Amino acid sequence: MYTFSNKLKTFAFVLMALGLLGIAYGFLTAPKTTADVEKILAESHHDGHHAAAPAHDAHAVAAPAEAHHEAPKTETHEAVANDTVNTVEKDTMKAEVAPVVEENHHDAHAAKADTHEADAHKEHEAHLEHVLHQLQNKPWAAMYVACIFFLLISVGVLTFYAIQWAAQAGWSPVLFRVMEGITAYLLPGSIIFFLLLVLSGMHMNHLFTWMAEGVTDPKSENYDAIIAGKSGFLNVPFFLIRALVFLAGWNIYRYFSRKNSLAQDNASDDSFYKKNFKIAAAFLAFFIVSESIASWDWIMSVDPHWYSTLFGWYVFASFFVSGITTIAFVTLYLKSKGYLEYVNTSHIHDLAKFMFGISVFWTYLWFSQFMLMWYSNIPEEVTYFVTRIENYNLPFFGMVVMNFVLPILILINTDFKRLTWIVVMAGIIILTGHYIDFFNMIMPATVGDQWFIGVSEISSLLFFFGLFIFVVFTALTKAPLLAKRNPLIEESKHFHY
Amino acid sequence: MSTNKVIHAIYTDDDILMDAVKASRAAHHHIEEIYTPFPVHGLDKAMGLAPTRIAIASFLYGVVGLTVAANLLNYIMIVDWPQDIGGKPSFAFYQNLPAFVPVLFELTVFFAAHLMVITFYLRSKLWPFKQAENPDVRTTDDHFLMEVAVSGNEEEMISFFKNTGAVEVKVIDKH
Repeated sequence: MYTFSNKLKTFAFVLMALGLLGIAYGFLTAPKTTADVEKILAESHHDGHHAAAPAHDAHAVAAPAEAHHEAPKTETHEAVANDTVNTVEKDTMKAEVAPVVEENHHDAHAAKADTHEADAHKEHEAHLEHVLHQLQNKPWAAMYVACIFFLLISVGVLTFYAIQWAAQAGWSPVLFRVMEGITAYLLPGSIIFFLLLVLSGMHMNHLFTWMAEGVTDPKSENYDAIIAGKSGFLNVPFFLIRALVFLAGWNIYRYFSRKNSLAQDNASDDSFYKKNFKIAAAFLAFFIVSESIASWDWIMSVDPHWYSTLFGWYVFASFFVSGITTIAFVTLYLKSKGYLEYVNTSHIHDLAKFMFGISVFWTYLWFSQFMLMWYSNIPEEVTYFVTRIENYNLPFFGMVVMNFVLPILILINTDFKRLTWIVVMAGIIILTGHYIDFFNMIMPATVGDQWFIGVSEISSLLFFFGLFIFVVFTALTKAPLLAKRNPLIEESKHFHY
Repeated sequence: MSTNKVIHAIYTDDDILMDAVKASRAAHHHIEEIYTPFPVHGLDKAMGLAPTRIAIASFLYGVVGLTVAANLLNYIMIVDWPQDIGGKPSFAFYQNLPAFVPVLFELTVFFAAHLMVITFYLRSKLWPFKQAENPDVRTTDDHFLMEVAVSGNEEEMISFFKNTGAVEVKVIDKH
């Protein structure tokens, strides 16, 4: 049996406490009114973002705000909307990547140049309103990203676990209890996540623009024909019901597979093993459908004007590789503490191979999505990448380096895959990279170019990390770390590659 | 003693062969070669053969392939005749990079795979019309043959290999 070390427990509590403090700080310091926003913008201008003369500055801010004001009913709405702030510094680098936005911007610029003095004030107000929403979204989005990231890690582990059962893998049964421990986070994780979704549905935040009031009402100022056309799918009650069904389905599988796995320890035949085999197969069928829809709901719908067909797979690959990395981490930790007698370097080697392979798979999907849209360059879908390349250049391309280039170079060597410190190093890179991946999926649509990895983001990450450690290692103390009567356990104990 | 004499010990089971290999190594008999009808797991380790470096070679070939593809595309599409083809930006290599990636990938794999196979053929001395080096036709079917250099007492060695479970032990004059 595993005993939860006091040091680790304290560490988890410290992380949670620090995280909560930081989250609270993030919410308290979010601007309440447009006046606050004006102050923030003025400060950031003085910080050297805009070294230009004040007159030029005002002009530059006003002009794109006009573009934004006129655009809401067009399809390039998002691209323009995300581009309303700090346009001055972006002007120079924009030309290469975003011809569409560039033209819009300049048209607006030129056409309104004479008359903009009169409208400037109104436009400025609209702009402030826009930035206010982005800044108010920041602590929410930070929490949302961290929450979904850890939730999906446990879902990724659960999928891996189900695959091991369904495939009757001979190497992994010694790791089943580790995986079951990690998936214990699924229940608390999905409760918190569902609450976040409910709060969004109750208009506590603006994470999902399609939830805003009036978007489906033709008489409203907020009316958006495109979103209205999707309201058969994207409406709050249906959205919450779907989320509930998916989360419940995953949790139910987790509950029963764990129960059967423990029952198999004391059974006299293999009936629980067979049951687990069957429900694993059923879960995988349910999972691939639910995961695909969940990724449209929870991630793609923050950009309700945009769609991508392979998005479900892309999201899956991202959290699947994170889940496998987490298994490797927990296994290496427990092994180093002497709790996993039968885990040898071959098991680690296999996990590292999965980390390597799925990293490449993720990259394949990332690139397929990016390249198809980049190549055809259809305005209504390419805006997604335009905003990311413009405003999130370093995270967007940095994550490709972290999730592909570094893992492929580090983990390609067979001997390296057996070394603890190499696997840990590669794992840290992969997990960080996939956090940034989720950051890149959520942030551009919710906070736009107001993003920053600061107190809110890091605190949310710390809080959920602490909670994750606490839940996972508590669950690990609940059962022996080696499954007893699994028919494949002997093979797994002697597994050598 | 004569150095061109070898013992051919023939086995019918790979487990017995493995034990015989370990015993021979322990008795410091020099194993020249082992002929088997199929790959025997762990035989190379038991014989003490050095691990292969073909994966390293393959990685390097892949790097060569990537370099060739990158230079090829850069020269053709960017340097030599940077045409506007359907609005794709051909001002610099990185600007049109996504369109090149499929070629970069395929050529990397092509070089890594083919050059590795050719390396394998060269290092194993395999080619069409190559004279087969099979000392006993049964080794391609169901027999295992261990070839050991004769040194010291020949009779002692023969009885040693008979004791390892060999179904047949022959002394052959090699030229």
